[in-house]
Amino acid sequence: MIYNALLWFFAAAALAGGLLMLVARHPMRVALALIATMLSLAAIFAMLGVHVIAVFQVLIYVGAVMVFMVYAIMLLDVRDASFLERYSSWLWPGVAGLALLALALVVGLWQGAPPAAVAGSDEPFRVQPFSVAFLNEYWLYFELTSVLLLAAVVAAIAILKVGGRRNG
Amino acid sequence: MDKTQLLLALGAALFTIGLAGVVLRRNLLVMLMCMELMLNGVSASLVAFLERAGSTEGAVLVFLIFVVAAAEIGIAIPIVLLLARHKRTLDLAAFSDLKG
Repeated sequence: MIYNALLWFFAAAALAGGLLMLVARHPMRVALALIATMLSLAAIFAMLGVHVIAVFQVLIYVGAVMVFMVYAIMLLDVRDASFLERYSSWLWPGVAGLALLALALVVGLWQGAPPAAVAGSDEPFRVQPFSVAFLNEYWLYFELTSVLLLAAVVAAIAILKVGGRRNG
Repeated sequence: MDKTQLLLALGAALFTIGLAGVVLRRNLLVMLMCMELMLNGVSASLVAFLERAGSTEGAVLVFLIFVVAAAEIGIAIPIVLLLARHKRTLDLAAFSDLKG
């Protein structure tokens, strides 16, 4: 009972944070709304028993990505037109297209049967089998992610160097 | 509505809201954050399925999504910094001369 109520509460909090992102004016408020959404999602993941993903969500998204984003917002605090005017000039065509997309999603979710139980789904997700499988079967992908992150670091440095040279 | 359906609906809603933000908002940083929201919606639906199936493959996939999001933001923020330094604004309309 309390479990279901908490699940619905965190889902509503995530949705409210997302909606707040659409109407907030200052980027810092948008960032705080996004952090609230991510924390609610992490709470939902933890309640579903997928604790690894919940920890990843808090550590990587809230701890690294959003802190980086908040620093960028503080660095770029220029008072310009994009702070005063929230929406682009394509507001109404965009709203019409998105209403169609939302309608398609709602119809799809309404008409689709609830997903059937998967074979062998009686054991819940646990950390230990995940870690063993992660470093035994998927070690190549784990190593490839480190290469990807290294490439991203090199690319970021290259972008800043090129830009610095061009601006003098 | 059981919890899998709830999480799927939440993921779809977050994805739609994020797409709305990317299309409608004007500030570059806000658009980046809305992209993060779209990725979060996708990972929410992935978690719904992996919790249903008790699979480890889904968790590996979500981990890969997190790493890609971190790499994406690490490259996108320097680009936004350069654009803002170049034009002295974060307004999207100022960059319309980028189209061919």
